[in-house]
Amino acid sequence: MARRGKLILQAAAVTVVALLVALLGWRVVQQEEGRGLDAALAAGKRPIAPDFALEALDGEETIALRDYRGKVVVLNFWASWCLPCKSEAPLLQSVWERYREAGLVVLGVDAQDLKSDARKFVERYELTYPIAHDRDGVTLGRYGYNAFPETWFVDREGRLVGEHIVGEFTEEQLEENIRLALET
Amino acid sequence: MIRALLLAAVLALCATGSALAGEERPTVAELERELWCPTCNAPLALSDAPVADRIRAFVRARIEAGDTKSEIKAKLVESFGEDVLAAPPREGFNLLAWVLPLAGGLAAVTVLGAAALRWSRTRGNEDPPHDASANGRGPLDPDLERRLDEELARFDA
Repeated sequence: MARRGKLILQAAAVTVVALLVALLGWRVVQQEEGRGLDAALAAGKRPIAPDFALEALDGEETIALRDYRGKVVVLNFWASWCLPCKSEAPLLQSVWERYREAGLVVLGVDAQDLKSDARKFVERYELTYPIAHDRDGVTLGRYGYNAFPETWFVDREGRLVGEHIVGEFTEEQLEENIRLALET
Repeated sequence: MIRALLLAAVLALCATGSALAGEERPTVAELERELWCPTCNAPLALSDAPVADRIRAFVRARIEAGDTKSEIKAKLVESFGEDVLAAPPREGFNLLAWVLPLAGGLAAVTVLGAAALRWSRTRGNEDPPHDASANGRGPLDPDLERRLDEELARFDA
């Protein structure tokens, strides 16, 4: 009986350790996903853009990346407290207005930010493109968060193309990557 | 005994009172200790990141608006998720974070207690019998003891 109890205790201990190792592995894999995307882009590949479904910043609907399949998406991660994001916002609004008819969508993902601050930012810069709020920062993590702002370009097939721009982009950089995504 | 009980009751009432006051009228410093900076993985009190400054400003504004501590935390969770809380809420899956350390501690105490009990019993069986003489040579022969008593009595006389 004592031997059986000991075996059960040992099995329970092994299970707990296995679960902890699995949890650690899952976390590491999640962090590596973004780095993997960067490496694939650098190697000239077009990896599938990780899908996500997030609450819209205005809270009225859910915004999912897959809903934009068939369109080119400029995916911009930002926060209202980030200084370069303030310079980028008018440029993003401008390309959204100019290329909308050509099948381009600018999709903003606000993260690590107070919702109230983000809404004021949207009002201040008169942004009309769709903006999601990444409450837990999970989507940000999957895209390999390095620093705000970060911009990715997704082609009509839902694949990442062009550059992964970390930090503030130039107008030329933005136009060049949009052109590349539209042509792909 | 009664005095001790009364003192304990008064102390418990004081603690409950201050906890209630903290909930109803929180301070920025208090909340800074209970919140976490989402970009720097550090307590809010130790962070000077831009987002930490924004959270502090938000907390100050909400305190002035009369929000309770729970209300302020709930609003921050809406923006940042539960990672903004220094300690996970005591509900759902997060309850594990509170229960597991307690359960682990109790299990450790139980295992250590059982081991100590077992060890002391084993040691007890190895000990010499209780009727052993102080010099550890075992009890005197009853006949020898009787003779010794007689000799001592004669000597005393």
